Amino acid sequence: MIRAKAVEWIARIRNGRSIYLIGVLVYIVAALLLMNWLGQPGMRGVAWYPLISALAFAAFLGSLLVIYYAPMAGAVKALLSLAILLVLLPLLGVRNPFLLEIATQAGIFAAMAIGLNIVVGFAGLLDLGYVAFYAVGAYLWAIFGSPQANIAFGTNRFPLEPEWFFLFLFLAVGVAALTGILLGLPVLRVRGDYLAIITLAFGEVIRVIANNLDKPINLTNGPQGIRPVQRPPLFFKPWLQSLGIRADDPVLYALYFYLLVLLVIGFAIWLARRLENSWVGRAWTAIREDELAAQAMGIPLVRMKLAAFATGASFAGAMGMIFAAKQYFINPESFTFMESIGILVMVILGGMGSIPGSIVGAVLLTILNLQILKGLSQMLNTLRQAGVVIPLINFPLSQWPTQLEPAKYERLVFGILLVLMMILRPQGLIPEQRHRMELAEAIGREKEPERLPIEEELPPVVSAPEVKPARD
Amino acid sequence: MAYLLELRKVTKRFGGLVAVNHVDFTLEPGRIVSIIGPNGAGKTTLFNLVTGIYKPDSGEVLFEGRPLVGLRPDQITAKGIARTFQNIRLFSNMTVMENILVGMHTRFRANPMDILFQTSRFREEEQRLRDEALRLIRFVGLRASPDELVKNLPYGEQRKVELARALAAHPKLILLDEPTAGMNPQETAETTRLIRRLRDELGITVILIEHQMRVVMGISERVTVLDYGEKIAEGTPEEVRRNPRVIEAYLGRGAALEAIA
Repeated sequence: MIRAKAVEWIARIRNGRSIYLIGVLVYIVAALLLMNWLGQPGMRGVAWYPLISALAFAAFLGSLLVIYYAPMAGAVKALLSLAILLVLLPLLGVRNPFLLEIATQAGIFAAMAIGLNIVVGFAGLLDLGYVAFYAVGAYLWAIFGSPQANIAFGTNRFPLEPEWFFLFLFLAVGVAALTGILLGLPVLRVRGDYLAIITLAFGEVIRVIANNLDKPINLTNGPQGIRPVQRPPLFFKPWLQSLGIRADDPVLYALYFYLLVLLVIGFAIWLARRLENSWVGRAWTAIREDELAAQAMGIPLVRMKLAAFATGASFAGAMGMIFAAKQYFINPESFTFMESIGILVMVILGGMGSIPGSIVGAVLLTILNLQILKGLSQMLNTLRQAGVVIPLINFPLSQWPTQLEPAKYERLVFGILLVLMMILRPQGLIPEQRHRMELAEAIGREKEPERLPIEEELPPVVSAPEVKPARD
Repeated sequence: MAYLLELRKVTKRFGGLVAVNHVDFTLEPGRIVSIIGPNGAGKTTLFNLVTGIYKPDSGEVLFEGRPLVGLRPDQITAKGIARTFQNIRLFSNMTVMENILVGMHTRFRANPMDILFQTSRFREEEQRLRDEALRLIRFVGLRASPDELVKNLPYGEQRKVELARALAAHPKLILLDEPTAGMNPQETAETTRLIRRLRDELGITVILIEHQMRVVMGISERVTVLDYGEKIAEGTPEEVRRNPRVIEAYLGRGAALEAIA
């Protein structure tokens, strides 16, 4: 009886695609066990712990990629992905808040990479000042969601209550998009290298303005930055309490921001994919491929470029605002040129024009930056304090210059990554795929009886006159 | 008779070079006409003046009686003038289907909200135009799959995609810049037949720039000859062939004298 059942099950597995499902599940469980093992107390003392835990976390997030590539039904994929993102990751995150922080930060960058990918990847407009829109969103909420606006406008109405957060999220999207259009209007008439130079300058101008607008009216509080920035409302706290769930505010906020970022990414993916598969996305790609030919096809260049700029900017605006609320504190240091470059590297690493690529690039670089490089720096510090000496050359680590800490290698690593990508895989980790028509659609048409093509579709514009020489 | 296209004393200079010099040109609807001339005679410049890529220094360009000068290229395309390029300018990293759909840009009516929420208007329009694109693919005789990236196609096929892309806009006038360049005799004959079908079946007026005399003489009802930016002759293929100024422009003064003698 049991044996018959087992045989039936094995047959079913062999026949169907369940074999992939099982493979994916095995991968997820394995990654989870690894994370669990690393999460045990005492593991932190193990040599190379930061590196190992970072790789394990990357492997865990990699399960999303495994799901993405596995040939399974869309519903199964969605279910598994949601289980990982909404259940497993938050559970891990409650145990180790650092992981949740990394995931949230990676999410913020992922949404921005998706936005920048619209500008750089789809439309081919090299924007080196993308972080400016991030700054616009961040400062918008930081000013009005903190007492800073009182100083600037001489009232005591501010900070706004947390409930205003969501209204301002929409406002940040709008203001960032508007900034994109205002910048784009004069700038988009230039091409290629010139556009890159002007956007670079614009990014710096915004940062310098933020740095100096503490007088004549103190709007940004200059280099000191703004603190404290209002956080979004914990409107669900009473519900949780009525369910008997008690959680500290820091944990709640960490989960809250994580879910908020996830929501925005979901929205960003939805928007970018819908646009990509329409005349809008095709027009952008056409502009990227050949501007002159695109215009000859009737595509209004300036308008379509502005649309790309504004759409990309709006994601950055929303993310900037979430970032400001999450960090509690912002200053111009968070919006340097390096941030723009960082997001650009994410897009290039993942694959220009590819939405999954942008996300993978953002996650990889965030883990590299915040987990691996910082972790290696910490390791070095412990070794240094322990008075370790590098063998063979007899060099005491305590004399290792602080300038050479791994955490400061960020630019070096970005540079090496860019060079390697350009040489080895210029199309990125997950290259852009042009959309194939459904096979059935194409085959179905082939079977149609031959008939005089497009005749019924294209009414003659003018009746064809009989052929005769132009001059009689 | 009302002209579809009319050029009045159009002049274009690049620095000291006069690329197009006081050219008058008229075209009735429903014709197939050719512009010929030695290299550098200003033929492509003339196309660029009509399609708005260049702005003439002086003179007027009228399409269906309305002035085109000052409009952007995309606006001129929207008025019903499509073109192909001398050196193929396809969107090489896009598929055949996508290239043709880009050619239909001016005909899409779905707004961003339709796109985001995939309303029936968006889906129907997308389906309808995709179907039409498939018919266009067959009309120009493309054998490649609609999903093939155009950069992977052989040269002759790319030419056909470019033609299909130009037709996708439902133009009234199409400007073909050396449509048979680089083709073997069989492909050339095929293209010639195709050009005639554009006019006969679709009612599109055609201007072509062409170097292969067999094509020019075979299908043009009228030929305009440019040399050093000036119109030196105009008439039926026969008239132009016998015109001493044309022979001179192509073969030099000596040859012209010989031909007359």
